[in-house]
Amino acid sequence: MSDFNPRIVAFVCNWCTYAGADLTGTSRMKYSPQVSIIRFPCTGRIDFMLLLKAFANGADGIIVSGCHPNDCHYSSGNFHARRRWIIFRGLLDFLGIDVRRVQFSWVSAAEGAKWAQLVNSTAESIRQLGPFSCYHKLRGLGVE
Amino acid sequence: METLKNKARELLAGKTVQVVIGYSRGSNGSARAVFICETAKVDSLIFDDECRQNLAVYIIKPEVRKLGRVALVAIPATLRTILQLAAENQINDHDLLVLAVNTSGEVTTLATFQAIEDHVASLDMDLNAAEKTELAKYEKLGMEERRQFWQEQFSRCLKCYACRAACPLCYCNRCTVECNQPQWIPVPAHDLGNLEWNVMRAMHLAGRCVNCGDCSRACPVHIPLYLLNQKLISEVFRNFNVRSGTAAKAESTLSTIRPNDTEDFIR
Repeated sequence: MSDFNPRIVAFVCNWCTYAGADLTGTSRMKYSPQVSIIRFPCTGRIDFMLLLKAFANGADGIIVSGCHPNDCHYSSGNFHARRRWIIFRGLLDFLGIDVRRVQFSWVSAAEGAKWAQLVNSTAESIRQLGPFSCYHKLRGLGVE
Repeated sequence: METLKNKARELLAGKTVQVVIGYSRGSNGSARAVFICETAKVDSLIFDDECRQNLAVYIIKPEVRKLGRVALVAIPATLRTILQLAAENQINDHDLLVLAVNTSGEVTTLATFQAIEDHVASLDMDLNAAEKTELAKYEKLGMEERRQFWQEQFSRCLKCYACRAACPLCYCNRCTVECNQPQWIPVPAHDLGNLEWNVMRAMHLAGRCVNCGDCSRACPVHIPLYLLNQKLISEVFRNFNVRSGTAAKAESTLSTIRPNDTEDFIR
């Protein structure tokens, strides 16, 4: 398992976490290269289906991150997102999908170091969990 | 039952309503929906324990709206559905007349949303004891056991969308399932698409479902969809203290914001 390099997809908002991740780079902080960042206008735009599509297309782990509460560029997008995640996470857990593979976080534009630490710790925990093969295998099941 | 028939006859004869939607006897002793437009056909109305279908599914259909004003025979789940549809701006007050029925044969006429709200207020909104026990049984399983259980259940799914057709709250003219640019849900009934469809159906009903159970009864392969709905109903109540279908004017749970929502998983 030690040579397993997890694929992590990060869904981040344009205004806080993307800028925060930018700061990580401009501050020349190194962090795990396993993460692919997808930029969204707001966490409120991140539909739960997108998370499922990431898993279906080979992601082993997912990071969803945006502005801290009360800091949303559109004032309430992250509150909407939080409500949705609370419910969605409960449903995933009930369906037996490992919720440790979806890491939610708030990373502001000033928290470059927190972003690096978030990616590194998520990459490490996903490495420990191993490939998400039970989900990836679904694609081939039931196809004649 | 005579009370119900007399009431229906009176409403049709007086032209208070143009159609009565109720239950009649189907094949094999089952109950099926019936649309009665003439007083002569009122005698086919029945009400017994078999009458479980949520007839609110019909009231928002354009072909039914065209018939005119409706009198709807309603069991408790139907009453809650009407309030939920009202909260979602799908029906207007005074659009329909509700004939609330109970097992002892009493019929209560409810003409306004306010009357329905008052009637529903006396009902127990929580899952019943048997439902809670069954839900807890699955919640207590290990993660891998739950995954295998659902994978086995969903593997039977035919993507017939009977669950969607039976659901009075699945009324979108264009469902995400029909969107193919991009194709959100794969068309063939394979395990990945089946999971995605069932997650999507459940999520789109989160905070809205009134637990009538029609999706599960409609499912030809007996997938226990009610478990997913009941899980979300209990999560919504636990986290947001909301019960769907209790008020005709209510905010949509998942498009409401509460800065003081609490969770323990966001880092």
